[in-house]
Amino acid sequence: MSEPRIRLRGLRKSFGEKRVLDGVDLEVAAGTSLVVIGGSGSGKSVLLKCVLGLIEPDAGTIEIDGVDILALDARARRAARAAIGMLFQNGALFDSLPVWENVAFGPLARRTLARRDARAFAARILASVGIADSVGTLYPSALSGGMQKRVALARAIAGEPAILFFDEPTTGLDPIVGAIIDQLVVDCVKRLGSTAIAITHDMASARRIGDRAAMLHHGRIVWDGPAARLFDSGNAIVDQFTHGRSEGPITMELRR
Amino acid sequence: MLDLLAAVGRGVIGACRATGAASLFGLEGLLGILRPPLQPRLFGRAFVEFAYFSLPVVALTAIFTGMVLALQSFTGFARFNAEGAVANVVVLSITRELGPVLAGLMVAGRVGAAMAAELGTMRVTDQIDALATLSTDPMKYLVAPRLAAGIIALPLLVVVADILGVMGGFLVGTVSLGFSVPTYLHNTFTFMQTGDVVSGLIKAAVFGFVIALMGCYHGYHSRGGAEGVGSATTAAVVSASILILALDYLLTQIFFVR
Ligand SMILES: Nc1ncnc2c1ncn2[C@@H]1O[C@H](COP(=O)(O)OP(=O)(O)OP(=O)(O)O)[C@@H](O)[C@H]1O
Ligand SMILES: [Mg+2]
Repeated sequence: MSEPRIRLRGLRKSFGEKRVLDGVDLEVAAGTSLVVIGGSGSGKSVLLKCVLGLIEPDAGTIEIDGVDILALDARARRAARAAIGMLFQNGALFDSLPVWENVAFGPLARRTLARRDARAFAARILASVGIADSVGTLYPSALSGGMQKRVALARAIAGEPAILFFDEPTTGLDPIVGAIIDQLVVDCVKRLGSTAIAITHDMASARRIGDRAAMLHHGRIVWDGPAARLFDSGNAIVDQFTHGRSEGPITMELRR
Repeated sequence: MLDLLAAVGRGVIGACRATGAASLFGLEGLLGILRPPLQPRLFGRAFVEFAYFSLPVVALTAIFTGMVLALQSFTGFARFNAEGAVANVVVLSITRELGPVLAGLMVAGRVGAAMAAELGTMRVTDQIDALATLSTDPMKYLVAPRLAAGIIALPLLVVVADILGVMGGFLVGTVSLGFSVPTYLHNTFTFMQTGDVVSGLIKAAVFGFVIALMGCYHGYHSRGGAEGVGSATTAAVVSASILILALDYLLTQIFFVR
C-alpha cells in the first residue's frame, strides 16, 4: 500500500493534570476521508489542532506525506500547514471583515490572488457552496448559523488545499441544511481530490461524509474501520456511542 | 512562615515570568513592524481607532487640567507672592508631565481596553487560530500594526493635549486671574524650551507602545470565553496604567536628573 497522506504515531497531549490525548495512532490514505467520532471533550478538536500546529503535542509524531512535521523548522512547518484547510467548530469567521474578504483571505495572504480580482474570486467560491453574491458584502454577524458554516466552508476550500479538516461541520444545523453541508463537503473533497478528516457527532452525517471512521475514547483510537460499518462494528464502545445508549462501557463522570 | 515565603516567591517568579513573556511578545511585535511587507491598510485602521476616537477625551482632559493647574498654582503661589510664575508652571507641567501621563492614562482606559477585548474575542472564537491556518502570522497581522499605531498616535495626541492644556491655563489666567494677554503669553513662551516638549513626546511614544502592548498581550493570551475576555480587558488597563506611571518616573529621571 502506498504511503498514507497523514500518519499520527503515539500522539500525546495533556493540559496540566488532564490527559486528553494518550497515544493516538491514526492513518489517512491520500484522497480518502476519515470521520472521527467520540464523546464531547474526548479531544477531537485538540487532535486536529495538534496536526495544524496550533497546539504543540507532548509526544508522538505527525507525518504528512511521510515527513515528520514536528521535526521541521518553523518556516518549513508553516509551508506544510499551508496545505491544510480548516473548518473550525464555531466557524471562526473574521467578524471585522465582510464575507467576501473572509473567503478570499488565504489566497490574498499567500499573494496568489490580486486584490482587484478578489471579489469575483470570492463570488465564485461562494456560489459553489450555494451562497448568493449579494451576501458577499455582509459581515459574518449578519448571517444565520447555517450560512456562517457555509461561508466557513468556502473559506476553508478557497485555497484548494490538499488536506481538509472539518470540525463538526453540521452541528447545530437543521437536518436538511446539515445534509446539504454534508453533500458540499463530499463534493469539495471529490472535486479537489483532497484528503479529509471530519469530526462529527451525527452518525448519519458520519456515514455520508466518511470512507473510513475512527472512534476516539479516553485519549486513544479504540476502533477504526469502514464508515459503513459504524452501526455493526462489533465494538461495544462504538456500538453504545452510535446507538446512543445510556448503558454500556462508556460511563459519564457524573455516574461514578 | 514558610508558606508565606513560598507564596511571596511564587508571586515574584510569576511576575518575572509575565514580564519576560510580555517583553518577548513586544519584541516580536516590533520585529513584525519592520519585517516586510508593510501593512498600510491595517496600520491605518489601527491608527484611526487609536488616535481619532481618543481625541475628544484627551482634549477635554487637557483643557480642564490646564485650567485647574492655573488656578491651583495661582492660589498656592500667592502665599509666596510668586503669582507671576503661573504661566511657567502651567506650560512646564503640561508639556513635560501631565500631557503625556494624563493622555496616556485616558487612552489606556479607552484604547487599551478595546484592543484587549477585540483580540481576546478573536482568541476565544478561534479567529487567531484561523489566521494561522490561512498563512497569516497573527503577530504581524494583528499586533504589529497596533504597536506602530500606538507609538505614532499618542505623541500626536499629546501635541494636541499640550496646546489645549496651555490654552486652558491661558483662559483661566487672563479671564479670571487678571493676567494681561501679552504678559501671560510672554511668560509662557520665554520659559518653554524645546527639550520640555520633546521629552514629553518621547514619553508619549513609550506610553503609546505600552498601551498597545498591554492591550494586545492580554487579549492575545486570554482564555475561557467571555469571562476570560473581561479579565483580559481589566488586566490590560491596570497593567498599562501602572507601567505608565512607573516608566514616567524612570524617563523623568533619565531626561532631567544628571
Ligand atoms: N487550550 C486548552 N487548555 C486547556 N485545556 C484544553 C485546551 N483545549 C482543550 N482543552 C481540554 O481538552 C479536552 C478536549 O477538548 P476538545 O475541544 O478537543 O474536545 P472535543 O472532543 O472537540 O469535544 P466537543 O465534541 O465538545 O467539541 C477538554 O476537556 C478541554 O477542556
Ligand atoms: Mg470539538
